[in-house]
Amino acid sequence: MKLAGFLLLLSGWMIALTTIVLLPQAGSRAAFLLAGVAVEIVGLVLVFRGHTQPAHHQAREERG
Amino acid sequence: MTSFLILLIPFAFAGLALMNAGLVRSRNAAHTLMTTLTVAAVAVLAYVACGFAWQGFSGGEAYGLTVGKQTWNWIGAERFLLRGVDFDGVGGLAAGFGMFTAALAAMIPLGAGAERWRLGPAAASTAVLAGFTVPLIAHWTWGGGFLAQFGKMYGLGPGFVDAGGAGVLQTTGGLTALSVAWLLGPRRGKYSGQDRMPAAIPGHNVVFVLFGCLMALIGWFGINAAAAILFYGASPGRVVLVAINTTLAAGSALLGSALVTRTRFGKPDASLAANGWTAGLVASSAAAAFFPPAAAIIVGLVAGALVPISIEILELRLFLDDPGGAISVHGIAGLWGLLAAGFLARLPGAGDGQWLAQLAGIATLLGCILPLTYGINAILNRFLPFRVSLDGERQGMDLHELGANAYPELVTHLEDFTQR
Repeated sequence: MKLAGFLLLLSGWMIALTTIVLLPQAGSRAAFLLAGVAVEIVGLVLVFRGHTQPAHHQAREERG
Repeated sequence: MTSFLILLIPFAFAGLALMNAGLVRSRNAAHTLMTTLTVAAVAVLAYVACGFAWQGFSGGEAYGLTVGKQTWNWIGAERFLLRGVDFDGVGGLAAGFGMFTAALAAMIPLGAGAERWRLGPAAASTAVLAGFTVPLIAHWTWGGGFLAQFGKMYGLGPGFVDAGGAGVLQTTGGLTALSVAWLLGPRRGKYSGQDRMPAAIPGHNVVFVLFGCLMALIGWFGINAAAAILFYGASPGRVVLVAINTTLAAGSALLGSALVTRTRFGKPDASLAANGWTAGLVASSAAAAFFPPAAAIIVGLVAGALVPISIEILELRLFLDDPGGAISVHGIAGLWGLLAAGFLARLPGAGDGQWLAQLAGIATLLGCILPLTYGINAILNRFLPFRVSLDGERQGMDLHELGANAYPELVTHLEDFTQR
């Protein structure tokens, strides 16, 4: 899950950069740039979820 | 003038050091300050050794990557150890500013790794952060790199603007803090209750924390003013506006945090209000020289209100233990400041599409810098384990790593100060 999240972060960045290079019109540029950031947010959620599970596990271990 | 402003930056070191020291328990206080000094020492060495060579400055030597018909300037090509730098010119000022600010950025992750991050691995992580990661994003933004080039090449005004390091320094430090907090895991006893509710682990000296806020303000005047003059051609007369906006943002952020904590808990929380003040400083760094004063108030108010909310979400929902609040204060407030600069700042040469350039910069920080800094720290953690042993954590980092407590007359017999 962590790896997928980081790959989505990189993909979102690539979408954002490609948008600026390929789309000169303001409207489509804004839409695709926002889409790139949205992909990054999904990636961030996955990375957070990937790290939350070990934290649960550690809490269980500490409770004994 | 710029040289004098650069010399104010170490006040920000002192401020952050005091805040980090005050927010940890007494048995970790000396270790926190010792780590801060060590990290500053490693950061300046790493930056001078190779960081400035890769950061460079606008108009200096750089490597380019041809994309279509355009050449994207992606990394500096100056000489190592500051050889060839003209210390009477812009290069010397950029090197001095970069050295101090790289050290400041390196101190940010210490807040998230406090009470469990060993000294050696913290120094190793700092060497990479100050020697490579910060110079890379600094080159892209301040050294004539592709984020700055977007303006001319693709019609985005002045390109991505970060006139004080809200992204280059603060968000990069905050994202590294996030990576470190993920890799270290929570402190022992933080989530051990039956209901998995996080235990409150209060810092040992809130006076340090609040005094640190005042010290940091002076340092931030230097950072915000020097960066605006050096990288965005602001006139030295703008220093007054920078000082006004920086103070307004910090003050309104403190009030924002105090109001939110007063509403949530019935009383304003001093340490969260201090974090709010710092978040205001961080957010102001996006464009303190170009915000109208009313905008600086809005930027600070939102940054301050965001801090207690995001700290609560990170701690309660995402099980992320960040004793110094570094992720919220530097990461989230930095991102907010960058976005706000796109809408509220009066940047020279900027048009309606400035927020798109800012969004591209934010996308770069999240999509490139976060995976990069996480990957580097994960590899380091493999070879040089970041986390102290359970016994060491129980004993306290002062005694375990340094052999002596900060306050030897205070002998703690209780397991912890945690509320159960």
